[in-house]
Amino acid sequence: MYGLKPDVALDLPSKYYSLEDYNKGVAKWCPGCGDHAVLTNTQKLLREKQMDPAKTVFVSGIGCSSRFPHYMDTYGFHGLHGRAFPVACGVKFRRPDLDVFVITGDGDCCSIGAGAWVHAIRYNMDMTVMLLNNEIYGLTKKQVSPTSRLGTSSNTTPDGSVLPPIHPVQTTLGVSNVSFVAQTADWNPAHMYATLKAAYEHKGFAFVHILQRCPVFQLALVDEWTSNKEAMCYLENENGITVSEDIAKTFKSRLSHDPSDLSAARDLAMEDDIIYLGLFYQNKNAPCYDDYGASNLGFTIEQKEAVLNAEFDKYAI
Amino acid sequence: MSDSIETKEMRAKNTPKAMKIDEHIVEIVSDSGEGAQKCGQSFAAISAKMGNGVWTVEIIPAEIQPPVRSRAGASGIRIRIGSKKITNSGNEADLVVALNEQVPYGRIDQKAYSEGTTMLLENKWATDASEDIRNKYAEALADFKSRGYNVVEIPMEVECLKIVKNARRGKNMWVLGMLCDIYNRSIEKGEAQIRNIFRKKSDAVINSNIELFHAGYKWAQENLDFQYDVPAMESDEEYVVMSGNEALALGVLASGMEVCSMYPITPATSASHLLADVLTRSGGLVHQAEDEIAAIGFAVGASYAGKTAVTITSGPGMALKTEFLGLATMAEIPLVVIDVQRGGPSTGLPTKVEQSDLLAVLYGQPGASPKIVLAASTIEECFHFVILARKLAESFRTPVYILSDANLATGQTPFPRPKIKKDWFAPPIDQSPWKADVKPYQWDSETGLSKRPIPGQPGGQHTVTGLAHDRNSSVSYVPDENQEASEMRSRKFAAFQKTLNPPTVNGVKQGDLLIVGWGSTLGAINEAVEMAQKEGIKVSSIHLRFMSPFQPGLKEIFQNFKNVMTVEINYSDNKDNPQFTESSRRFSQLSWLLRARTLVDVDCYSNVEGQPLTPGRVLGVIKNKLDIKN
Repeated sequence: MYGLKPDVALDLPSKYYSLEDYNKGVAKWCPGCGDHAVLTNTQKLLREKQMDPAKTVFVSGIGCSSRFPHYMDTYGFHGLHGRAFPVACGVKFRRPDLDVFVITGDGDCCSIGAGAWVHAIRYNMDMTVMLLNNEIYGLTKKQVSPTSRLGTSSNTTPDGSVLPPIHPVQTTLGVSNVSFVAQTADWNPAHMYATLKAAYEHKGFAFVHILQRCPVFQLALVDEWTSNKEAMCYLENENGITVSEDIAKTFKSRLSHDPSDLSAARDLAMEDDIIYLGLFYQNKNAPCYDDYGASNLGFTIEQKEAVLNAEFDKYAI
Repeated sequence: MSDSIETKEMRAKNTPKAMKIDEHIVEIVSDSGEGAQKCGQSFAAISAKMGNGVWTVEIIPAEIQPPVRSRAGASGIRIRIGSKKITNSGNEADLVVALNEQVPYGRIDQKAYSEGTTMLLENKWATDASEDIRNKYAEALADFKSRGYNVVEIPMEVECLKIVKNARRGKNMWVLGMLCDIYNRSIEKGEAQIRNIFRKKSDAVINSNIELFHAGYKWAQENLDFQYDVPAMESDEEYVVMSGNEALALGVLASGMEVCSMYPITPATSASHLLADVLTRSGGLVHQAEDEIAAIGFAVGASYAGKTAVTITSGPGMALKTEFLGLATMAEIPLVVIDVQRGGPSTGLPTKVEQSDLLAVLYGQPGASPKIVLAASTIEECFHFVILARKLAESFRTPVYILSDANLATGQTPFPRPKIKKDWFAPPIDQSPWKADVKPYQWDSETGLSKRPIPGQPGGQHTVTGLAHDRNSSVSYVPDENQEASEMRSRKFAAFQKTLNPPTVNGVKQGDLLIVGWGSTLGAINEAVEMAQKEGIKVSSIHLRFMSPFQPGLKEIFQNFKNVMTVEINYSDNKDNPQFTESSRRFSQLSWLLRARTLVDVDCYSNVEGQPLTPGRVLGVIKNKLDIKN
């Protein structure tokens, strides 16, 4: 029609989307769970960016946080444990017109989905990834997670866990073609919002590690960070995640960090005793696999038919 | 260039007329890497181009670099050519070209040769520097003769060294020349074939190979006292010749699917090689995922987003994909899954044929997981079934599986050139507004069918889930709702079955024995049944293409036969072995299903020797079942 390629979708007349337009149902997470804060901030982000709910897809795996898509009035894919990344990559591959979000938890991403996680970082497809890390398996009732601190007592480690944890930021920064790694926390909504916004604006695999507690099984998890202001450090940079000066002032400890410096980012991620909130690393020029995926869209049936005919010619006798 | 070589007409004048035959089975066996397959494929292609019926099957060792001069290392190809359409790889070989004296033993173990088989044997080993090799050669030579093979020792190496410095590279084309003389093939078509297979190489390489081809041809002309003539089929129809995996790949292209997401696995991978080439040029891509699970996850994601995708694998890959297969059924996501079966369980026989994924495919997922399963029985069907599968997947909102096997995957045969239809190709994604009053699972109470909203369709927002869900796709653990949803997901396949015809009976519709087959054994079973019918045996056969749901009318067909048995390439306990009782005997996979489905006492013959079934073997099974002495 009018020479348009079949994959071209026409923009519909715009309408203003309110928070209500993105919300569906009542979230069934426990009271006090950090997931509520992430949901609220995400809905605010969608409103701020006026994302078309029909063009937005939330993909998740399995776990408490993976119920997230059910509470968004967008398209959603609540799939298999550990497999959100392959699904999200498949969604994005031939649909550059869709905004893709991945919601995953510490078990989903860092344990059963660790293989897919590493490769998703490398594919660097344009999507916003939120790892909601409460350092425990909640849905299955308190088992140790790969991000649980050494000595964590759980139903499968009654005498305390015996292995040191995986640090998701460290791991992500170690993978080739990493392009965006940030860390935020559920008790600082303003910082989280700014972080999600920066992640969404990044073209590529924007990985946001969100620190949170589990109000049922890891109640005291973040007390040390929330009570000891020295333990939290705000990463400052004009190219980093910027918050209002009022919010920035709430951090006792601030550090200037250039997010283009991968080596410095890795050093920060290796520090055990300080939690840095902000942008660890960003590379706007890392190759994106979705560019490859969208490289030959829109062939007509006639064009495909011609290629098939030429193939038959090769095999003709 | 061909000055020194007589044309076919000249030869007809100068030598006794070639022996006219209806068909011949030729094998070329060598160590891995000597190019026997390239030689055989070229010989097959030349034969097909001359109008012969052709079927090839590759002889593949499991390792890339097996020990040289060993039974285990037998690598090569079998080519059956004939004046009529050839549908299977046949019984014992008529003529074998062996590049050393050890590799034939790998085939002798597989009962591929018999008394009277002509063996053209490379004789360079007779004068090898190693005494051990010289002795082994002498021993084997004597043994071959005692087995009744007509052995002709041929100085292949010596002749090739007159043209090239390293005979290992190029001997295959010399052999091709020799075979082309023996079977009276056209020199021009041979040259054209060489130019085609080496088209990406330099002129020097092409010319050297053509020179070797001519030398082999000329040597045979001057030194061999036998020659065969296999008259061509008469047909006005246009044909194409390709392997089953190539047919699958072109089927994907013809279906309009734009995404093939796969992980390398034998014997499925070569389909993706061709696809990677053709899809890129026609608006699609092959995604090589990080593992089998991610491969299907990616395909499910692409399908969910409106681009129905295909994933191609083999048994071990199917095992890994199981959870996603269940999700695709539960969430009703269209998907095409191709399983090119190999021997199992576990890593099993990677390069050998088996039809042993049937039950795993049908019942591999936890819970009720109904689906459509197609089984291609010819290379031509490998092409057409992919087109069908994409349409069924979308119409019935379900994963559709295609079972192929190693025999179809690497075999080659000509089939009528498909006449392309525009409606084969997937239409563009529907992005029209979703009707406000239609739920994402608006199951039709009669057919269980519903239309799915695709991301981008305004108003169609919903979250698919692998959890039990209601029509709104909301998670629901309500007893009645899960019962109803499961019924709706099952009902689709009852509705689908109503569109199918009963299978066609090959032969009369009643008799002493009905053979039931599926997959690549079609040609061998039909040939055996026709041979038996000629002997007056009251046997017929049916061949199933739809494994789930079955075509209707099976019980009615079975009731007209005194005996019904399946013939398959998978494991069953031998009924004649006293270790197995009626209550302990394990049946072959299709016979289990047919027994359960029809309540008919369906017997079975099957084996897991990793070889294509031969018509001779099936004929023996028929006679044994009916207690007919040979």
